Amino acid sequence: MSNIVIRVENLSKQYKIGAAKHRHDTLRDHLADSFKSLFRRDGRRSSVSDPEDTIWALKGVSFEVKHGEAMGFVGHNGAGKSTLLKILSRITEPTAGFAEIYGRVSSLLEVGTGFHAELTGRENIYLSGVILGMKKAEINRKFDEIVSFAEIEKFIDTPVKRYSSGMYVRLAFAVAAHLETEILLVDEVLAVGDVEFQKKCLGKMGEVAKQGRTVLFVSHSMATVLNLCSRAILLRSGRLMYDGPAESTIKNHLAYHSSKIAQAFDNNPERSGNGVVRLVSARILNEINQATSHLVAGRPASFEFRYKNTTRERRGTNILFTIYNQLGVAVSCFDFSLSYGLVEQLGSGGGFTCHIPNLPLPIGQYYIVIKLEVNGEEADFVPHALVFNVDNSNFFKSGQTPQLRFCTSLIQHTWTQEREPELEPSVTRAQ
Amino acid sequence: MPVGKDYSMSVSESELQATKPQPIADISVIRIEPSRSWLSVGLKELWAYRELLYFLVWRDVKVRYKQTVIGIGWTILQPLTTMVIFTMVFSNFAKIPSDGLPYPVFAYTALLPWNLFAGALNRCTISLVGSANLITKVYFPRLIVPASATISGIIDFAIAFVFLLVIMLWFHIVPTWGAIALPIFLFLTLITVLAVGLWLSALNVRYRDVGHAIPFLIQIWMFLSPVAYSVNLVPEKWRLLYSLNPMVGVIEGFRWALLGKESPDFKLIAVSTAVVVAILLGGLVYFKQIERTFADVV
Repeated sequence: MSNIVIRVENLSKQYKIGAAKHRHDTLRDHLADSFKSLFRRDGRRSSVSDPEDTIWALKGVSFEVKHGEAMGFVGHNGAGKSTLLKILSRITEPTAGFAEIYGRVSSLLEVGTGFHAELTGRENIYLSGVILGMKKAEINRKFDEIVSFAEIEKFIDTPVKRYSSGMYVRLAFAVAAHLETEILLVDEVLAVGDVEFQKKCLGKMGEVAKQGRTVLFVSHSMATVLNLCSRAILLRSGRLMYDGPAESTIKNHLAYHSSKIAQAFDNNPERSGNGVVRLVSARILNEINQATSHLVAGRPASFEFRYKNTTRERRGTNILFTIYNQLGVAVSCFDFSLSYGLVEQLGSGGGFTCHIPNLPLPIGQYYIVIKLEVNGEEADFVPHALVFNVDNSNFFKSGQTPQLRFCTSLIQHTWTQEREPELEPSVTRAQ
Repeated sequence: MPVGKDYSMSVSESELQATKPQPIADISVIRIEPSRSWLSVGLKELWAYRELLYFLVWRDVKVRYKQTVIGIGWTILQPLTTMVIFTMVFSNFAKIPSDGLPYPVFAYTALLPWNLFAGALNRCTISLVGSANLITKVYFPRLIVPASATISGIIDFAIAFVFLLVIMLWFHIVPTWGAIALPIFLFLTLITVLAVGLWLSALNVRYRDVGHAIPFLIQIWMFLSPVAYSVNLVPEKWRLLYSLNPMVGVIEGFRWALLGKESPDFKLIAVSTAVVVAILLGGLVYFKQIERTFADVV
């Protein structure tokens, strides 16, 4: 009980949405609306508590975070992740429920909070630091460390408006990374800067978590969450769907994709395209041409797509699909036209089959996204068309594959070893 | 990183409320919930965030005259030109009496607090909307935003004040002992700005009309204040009503303190002060009440 640092109970947040007619952006609108409401029977203002005008960005969310935990939040756009962080940061207030936080909190919801373009790097370090909750003495102490982390020693007295965007972001992150609060709330600010710096940022965040501070982290990148967080919470439409070890939460998040597969080709609201050529089915075949959703790495596999053509004079058709792994990372794209050019004849229907001689995928779960293009326009687009698992591997002798977080695909390779003769005992003694 | 190990979980709600505004303390409990009480101003929390207030003021001052040619000269040029024009129009053409003082000094002495008031009120009103990027991204007591906008006017005031001494020297006017009371009137000016500014800045978050109305409002307000003329021109029977305008007390106070004009009607100043306090308290309540929606609305 004593090591709980954040307790969230039944937290809910309601927003008024859209419904332009009820927005009071100018005083005139407000007065007009108030005036109208005088003549309404119940006399209440129409914009309040009308269920159609409101949305629960967060609804009845409860959880506890222990001291030193690194907690991730995953979910689609609009699932309520950012709203949750905003409430915990005390930027916005919950509509119902409460949260208790034991300790100093700082929130990093964007890179460069409080930066002013006219001020120099040095001045901005102080300004931004104080805004993020540091004491001046603390900044004095860490100043050199921040500057060297950002790698901008030479430009420290130049106004930041003259900085390149990379330098700006580095400095901004460096200030944030040196916050010393016990609890850090972080919203995807890591997705900035060049690759080298991103790695450095991730390293720093990992360090923070290891120091026994509590980190709450929101991200779209499953791989980052998996890397940084031991535990994760899945939010969907403002509700808490799953709370557990990061790996199982991510699996749960992706299982949601699979649940949509059954209806991938009928009534799929996510499907788009002009429809002159439509896909009717997609399936995966193993090496003996059986339809399956379980494959073996290192063995042959085929992906078969059937289509219907609605008109005669269509030219220049292409089909392509992308395989994504369970972290949402694109593994590879298979594009017909890259090897064979565009297809001129389609007939009234037919199929394409893509053959992969030895499947180079590590063990894990995958989904594919298919696209049909006719004359350069999108004719059919089916996200989450298929899900399959790679359960076993024949790729390497051991039957194992590297973990997904280190590897998106397998590459055939060989090793050699060369060995110098063992050191003679006499040689050792001579030294 | 040693974080206290045994937080007492049996803290009563009132205690939680009391400890809430202390993010800087070693162990603090923050309770986040839909607010019910809107009367706590959170002075303790404001104190905890004093460094932020200082840095925001510093930023305002630092940035204000960046990339200008005459830079800080603007702080003198502005009241100086106004003084010249006022002298021409009101003294030379309209022959408005200036209580026996040289009109330029008479006008400049009033322009000092007036420019402080007008400039600070303008900045204060748009301060919250102008800080939208901070308000939606990080927590701090929102009162700090209008407060820093108000305080940052002092630097301009101080420079323009030095120039007043030059003008007084030119006209051979020696400050009286009343000058000791000057900080009181300066403080009263700032409190007036804050009192009105709290209302306007909070209203401006919701209704951008306020931002458009403010230059207009300030202009009217100036004619309702004894900047270009003397209070003595206002008929006796309207005096009390007139002094409901807090700037009347402030400007009279400045003229008395610096130029040793006959002792001011302290009744006027008392009325002005009472009005300011009333507006300030109302403003604080209103501000605290809608503060929690700023991030959603701004």
